[in-house]
Amino acid sequence: MPDDILLKMKNITKDFYGNQVLTGVNMELKRGHILGLVGENGAGKSTLMNILFGSTVIKETGGFTGEIELDGKICNFESPFDALDAGVGMVHQEFMLIPGFQAAENIMLNRELTQRNFWVDVFGERLSSLKNEEMIKRAQKAIDTVGVDLDAKTLVSEMPVAHKQFTEIAREIDREATKLLILDEPTAVLTESEAEIMLSVVRRLADMGISVIFISHRLKEIMQICNELVVLRDGKLVKEVPTNETNPEKISEWMVGREIGGGPAREAPVKQTEEMETVLKVRNLWVDMPGERVINVDLDIKKGEIFGIGGLAGQGKLGIPNGIMGLYPAGGKVEFQGKKIKLNNPRFALDSGMAFVSEDRRDVGLLLEEPIDWNISFTVMQTQEKYLKKILGGLIKWRDDKAIAKLAQEYIDLLEIRCTSSKQLAKELSGGNQQKVCLAKAFAVRPDLLFVSEPTRGIDVGAKQLVLDTLHEYNEKYGITIIVCSSELEELRSISDRVAIVSEGRIAGILSPTAPLKEFGALMLEA
Amino acid sequence: MMEKIKDFLEAAGWPRLIIGLFLLALFITAPFVEVNIFTSLSDVIVRFGMWGILVLAMVPMVQGGCGLNFGLPLGIIAGLLGAVTSVELQLTGLVGFFSAVLIAIPFGIGLGLLYGILLNKVKGDEMTIALYVGFSSVAFMSMMWLKLPYKSPDMIWAYGGTGLRTTISVEKFWYRALNDIWTIQIGDHFYFPTGMIIFFAFMCLLVWVFFHTKTGTAVTAAGSNPEYARASGVNVDKMRIISVILTTVLAAVGIIVYEQSFGFIQLYLGPFWMAFPAVAGILLGGASVHKATIMNVIVGTFLFQGILTMTPSVINNIIQTDMSETIRIIVSNGLILYALTRTITIKSAKVKA
Ligand SMILES: Nc1ncnc2c1ncn2[C@@H]1O[C@H](COP(=O)(O)OP(=O)(O)OP(=O)(O)O)[C@@H](O)[C@H]1O
Ligand SMILES: [Mg+2]
Repeated sequence: MPDDILLKMKNITKDFYGNQVLTGVNMELKRGHILGLVGENGAGKSTLMNILFGSTVIKETGGFTGEIELDGKICNFESPFDALDAGVGMVHQEFMLIPGFQAAENIMLNRELTQRNFWVDVFGERLSSLKNEEMIKRAQKAIDTVGVDLDAKTLVSEMPVAHKQFTEIAREIDREATKLLILDEPTAVLTESEAEIMLSVVRRLADMGISVIFISHRLKEIMQICNELVVLRDGKLVKEVPTNETNPEKISEWMVGREIGGGPAREAPVKQTEEMETVLKVRNLWVDMPGERVINVDLDIKKGEIFGIGGLAGQGKLGIPNGIMGLYPAGGKVEFQGKKIKLNNPRFALDSGMAFVSEDRRDVGLLLEEPIDWNISFTVMQTQEKYLKKILGGLIKWRDDKAIAKLAQEYIDLLEIRCTSSKQLAKELSGGNQQKVCLAKAFAVRPDLLFVSEPTRGIDVGAKQLVLDTLHEYNEKYGITIIVCSSELEELRSISDRVAIVSEGRIAGILSPTAPLKEFGALMLEA
Repeated sequence: MMEKIKDFLEAAGWPRLIIGLFLLALFITAPFVEVNIFTSLSDVIVRFGMWGILVLAMVPMVQGGCGLNFGLPLGIIAGLLGAVTSVELQLTGLVGFFSAVLIAIPFGIGLGLLYGILLNKVKGDEMTIALYVGFSSVAFMSMMWLKLPYKSPDMIWAYGGTGLRTTISVEKFWYRALNDIWTIQIGDHFYFPTGMIIFFAFMCLLVWVFFHTKTGTAVTAAGSNPEYARASGVNVDKMRIISVILTTVLAAVGIIVYEQSFGFIQLYLGPFWMAFPAVAGILLGGASVHKATIMNVIVGTFLFQGILTMTPSVINNIIQTDMSETIRIIVSNGLILYALTRTITIKSAKVKA
């Protein structure tokens, strides 16, 4: 039946100032179907969805060519409001919530207001006084539909990332007229069990007749819930197949255009840590990080090991590095290389030889408005006075732009960052490539100890291996001790020498990566 | 070729192109309505030199993340203190001018420091508070100008009154001290204030140098994303204070340059409305609340002062009645209003992106 088709995108082509990003993409989506959209970092997935949703970035960068047909009507949306009116909702790759507002307010607020921060600045007070019982009830209902345990009155700034993600979804499904829902990497920040909930919500929405476009780098999820999938490579549609006729290996091949190894497989042997010297000693650490509170943590990290920290979102695993690095109020005793670390002082932590890749790449990780080379070199320049030329006997510390560009180019090559040049602004990179810039920034510091939170968030399968290998290499070659926090247990087990599971702000237990999965599961759910 | 043109349009931006074309049109019309084009050009260049540094004074604060400096009068007051002190000491010529500058700088640093500390306490509302700071500092100084112990008969009210006059002539001291260095005079009508333009260029160079140093880079990063800067070990509050001090000192120097060309020191309400033309200038030049470059300063000041000089004289000659002051006020406020609405759209576009 032809009218089963909800969406047709025809010959979509887009360039950013001459940089061809999408070429002649054609695709179709049936009513009530879930379409998986996969491709390497920078393949053009988010851009394609931004076009469909009428996002302003597209218009501001010169528009696109091609045709979009929704419900048999041609509709090239001028703005997201048109798209919303036509029943298209989108959850962006990066959060679009107002931190100081409650979940309920975020869900209920007119999209216009959540996007135009200017008005929020001006009328913020008034808007936030709009909360009435009715609103909270309705928002709570939307949240319950999503199926998470979250109070509609929680402030967004106090939520763990997973709850932010669910709040965004709740916002989209609250609209009754929604016919098509675009989800751009909704599971990237979720642990497996949370992702599981997310997937079942999506499945339920599809059963209600809503069509969904689902972007993810976790092919398992795609296989699990999508009816069809579309593979983008370098802006071209290379494959469109029903999910049940394919498998993850084939998909990866289509994505990169060559054969690649399976998921993260453990190569290096697990180091025996008992005999090793302790390099970081943590006692009674508490960290007041909203949504990721740490209550009381003791840890002994050995010199030269890779230490994994896992656990469900909101239990405090992310609070540990953020607290030690001084980004959130913290207390307790931390000793690094025999020296006491002053908490609440990022500079002190950096000067002592520690570095951190934050999980929050937009707010903490990047200078979005500045070029890649600045992003990569800034920390090392400021803390170690590298990439500076001393003029007039050191009176003037002149930024060495050439050396900076060279450093950036090294990491662009090493991590295969897809960009036009080292002068491209960070905000113009795809999500996964932004993540690589964050990693490069920390690598450039050459720390003695490196914290990485969610290192592979939003990174495609091929690049994921690359990032994990690079972490390994830095660990082996330069003897850098690495502490990885991740919601992906598989990833932790594949690179760590020991894995700690955090639960309710405390260490529930430390296991060998080779321990059976069951044991990890038990620790995570221990309460 | 098309690509090149497209790139240029992209870089220049439509608003600047349209205003630029309008200015060109005014220059082309001028001879037909008997406006002397050489006098006009000269006027535009002189006004450009007078306002340049005051507009340049916006850059550090914007880059440091404190927004547009609506508190410009504060820096101007530092400059005025330098200027009247120099006159009090009866210093003349370049010595007089540079003494005024040297005396103004410590005042600028002191006031900038306090201003910066205040702005750090009101993050998010910097521009509103800056406006209050500007206005209240003018009000406060209106009292102080009466009380400060300046004695020179060139400056105090005549007939043994106390307090400084509203307008003090610098004719006898350092009128055109900068302008007249290596002046180029062509015919009766064209005059190029070489010294003042070179001084402006030098100040631009200093700012440019600053933003290429380690500290300047940190200031930019702190403005671009304070969280990122903090995580990189930068003391964000300190960087913000540095940017505010720099802005205040530049404003102090800027007003002295303005006065030596203008010929008068204007006290009391003089600094009151100075912030708006400077803000409008940099916005017309293509700056936003978050990013400003020296190019924005040069382009914006030239366009703003160009339109402001040319429109009244051309229209005046067309309608044959002297309305230049009225027209000047209308054009100036129109441009300011336009420029301010631009910031708002730029700001919301940024948030959406
Ligand atoms: N605003 C922009 N200006 C210039 N180039 C851009 C802009 N946004 C995206 N691009 C470029 O378009 C390409 C595709 O980016 P897109 O965000 O669509 O990738 P993606 O498939 O979503 O990748 P990821 O998996 O990393 O999120 C990238 O090379 C990116 O650099
Ligand atoms: Mg993307």
